[in-house]
Amino acid sequence: MHSTFDQKALTRQLAAAERRNKVKAFLLVLPLLLFVLASFIVPIASLVWQGGYSDTFANALPETSKLLGAWDARSPVSEDLVKSFVTELKASKLKDPAIPTRVATVVNREQSGSVSKFKQVMSASDLASPYKEKLSALSSEWDKPDIWRAMKIVAPSFTPRFYFQAVDLRLTAEGDIKPETDENAIHLLLFGRTLMVAALVTLFCALLGFPIAYLLAHAETKTSNMLLIIVLLPFWTSLLVRTTAWIALLQQNGVVNDFLVAIGLIDNDHRLVMMYNMFATLVAMTHVLLPFMILPMFSVMKTIKANLVRAALSLGATPWTAFWQVYFPQTIPGLGAGCLLVFILAVGYYITPALVGGQSGQLISNIIAFHMQKTLNWSLASAIATLLLIGVLLLYWLYNRLVGIDKMKLA
Amino acid sequence: MKYLKLDFPPYATGLEIAWFFAFRAICIAIFVFLVAPILVIIPLSFNKESFFSFTSGMLAFKPEAYSLKWYRDIFANGMLAPDAPLSLDWFKDSWMRSQWMIALKNSIFVGVSATAVATTLGTLASVGLSRPEMPYRGLITGILISPMIVPIVITAAGMFFFFSQIGLSQTYIGLVLAHALLGTPFVVITVTATLTSFDRSLMRAAANLGANPLTAFFKVQMPLILPGIISGGLFAFITSFDEVVVVLFLAEPDQRTIPRQMWSGLREQVSPTILAVATILILISLVLLMSLELTRRRMERLKMDAHS
Repeated sequence: MHSTFDQKALTRQLAAAERRNKVKAFLLVLPLLLFVLASFIVPIASLVWQGGYSDTFANALPETSKLLGAWDARSPVSEDLVKSFVTELKASKLKDPAIPTRVATVVNREQSGSVSKFKQVMSASDLASPYKEKLSALSSEWDKPDIWRAMKIVAPSFTPRFYFQAVDLRLTAEGDIKPETDENAIHLLLFGRTLMVAALVTLFCALLGFPIAYLLAHAETKTSNMLLIIVLLPFWTSLLVRTTAWIALLQQNGVVNDFLVAIGLIDNDHRLVMMYNMFATLVAMTHVLLPFMILPMFSVMKTIKANLVRAALSLGATPWTAFWQVYFPQTIPGLGAGCLLVFILAVGYYITPALVGGQSGQLISNIIAFHMQKTLNWSLASAIATLLLIGVLLLYWLYNRLVGIDKMKLA
Repeated sequence: MKYLKLDFPPYATGLEIAWFFAFRAICIAIFVFLVAPILVIIPLSFNKESFFSFTSGMLAFKPEAYSLKWYRDIFANGMLAPDAPLSLDWFKDSWMRSQWMIALKNSIFVGVSATAVATTLGTLASVGLSRPEMPYRGLITGILISPMIVPIVITAAGMFFFFSQIGLSQTYIGLVLAHALLGTPFVVITVTATLTSFDRSLMRAAANLGANPLTAFFKVQMPLILPGIISGGLFAFITSFDEVVVVLFLAEPDQRTIPRQMWSGLREQVSPTILAVATILILISLVLLMSLELTRRRMERLKMDAHS
């Protein structure tokens, strides 16, 4: 009786001690976890939020926004709507003189020419009842439903339209989904191009990385250490330095063209165009990402026993069969890890395409940066970024399943 | 160099010997592809002309075709009186006003602060993660490593939105926090990797001998995993020192770093000064690589000593 009691107490004490240890371990991780949460997870969440949220119009013209929501987008606009639009737009200028322009820019993205129409309203001084007639006196455009329909699209603060835009679809004023006009439909093209470039770069890295990893893994330790430094030198060199190097090499008057002219392979007047295009993006990205392929393959190949191949040879396999049937299957974990890592990194690449890619070598990250910095269409940038993020996280999950994130090693 | 002795076994066929040479030729070509672009920059930075290519004078090794003027330009660009005689005042002027000097100061300040934050938090977390009792290890490791995987443009855009809201954009604090975040995965990966070979019974021995957990960590565990911490810190530092996108999105012009300055140099005013800067950076990365190799050797020696 007494001993059972002791056993129970002991079990309880053990459980308590284990719990304490768990809590202790967790408390050590907590500071970094909180830091990552605050400076990474929350920002990413705010980006996803921004992709479905844009309140420029609704903030400046709240009443108009409500009336536009109630309007069916077909019947002629009501006097109430026009009146609220004009008065609220005029009033918004008093709060901040930049607001009307900002609102006009937002509407202009749906209906080009809207900025100048808004300017007419802002500069007209005698706008009073009846507003509808006064506006149509300013321009016949105000009679047409188009500009009002554009406003109806941008009026709600919560909207899926940026996500539709990110895949080249448009939300119409009636709430239908239509394909984007051809000249604006560039996002799917860029997504496709990004996938293609990432796949090609992964392929090139695998082809170039395999022999090097093999050499490193099976050379003597001294030689392989020295060669490893050669592989690591580009890895440790600034990305911008490496990109600069490719500009110096590949441009029209660059080293490669000079060399080809000097040995007479090409004519001085027909120098190759290798810079500011897709070719430059592919070459520079392959160069930058190659070490990420070599290192995981190297660490796997190092563990492959040479006597397995020797056994295959002694059993009568040709060198090719021995390599392909015995050696190569054992390298798959390293090859897979390297390919997945290079692909993940390539899909999100920004700096190299921006500097050497020209028009044809731009990737999806570049259009995100373009909308962030040039068009200031932050919601569209966020929507595209969210789609890219989902893709990358799926790949990351796959990597974790196949390789294990804790297996990731840096030489 | 032993493999160049070429003592093929008698049963080697002609095809095998041919493949032996072909394979080495392929490997040499790939090594050239890896290293040559970086090495080409070094002589180009001594060009007298403002080209990114070799002039005929350079190819003929004429001394007058080479010059150090782009190195001087690193110090002089942006100075009040760049043509003044070399004196203490000249260097003071350069240190205060040269574009590259301002960038260097920013880079070092942001890099060192970010590395300090990343290394401290990262090491602490790694010690926790490598404890066998750690709950949800896989999930938490996945979250902690994810800043390395998420494309930098996405991270930078998210930080721009969030940091603007809480008043951290265009501040040094925001920049340091952002760079620290980008550096932490490297610290976590290298330190947890080092900790897998750490013998945990040493900690129990220390506790048994009366050390409190803090003393045990600083006197026993930390010295043994120091190589891992150092290389993690180095990774964090070069991550910050090489980062441009977050700086583009978050920093104001006065907070530009070396990569940011190179970025605008490559996009706007292409001048060989960039090649001179690049050469210096290559030399720095060579030094870093060497020091890392030395810590690795030290670690291997320690392991050997431990096993013998």
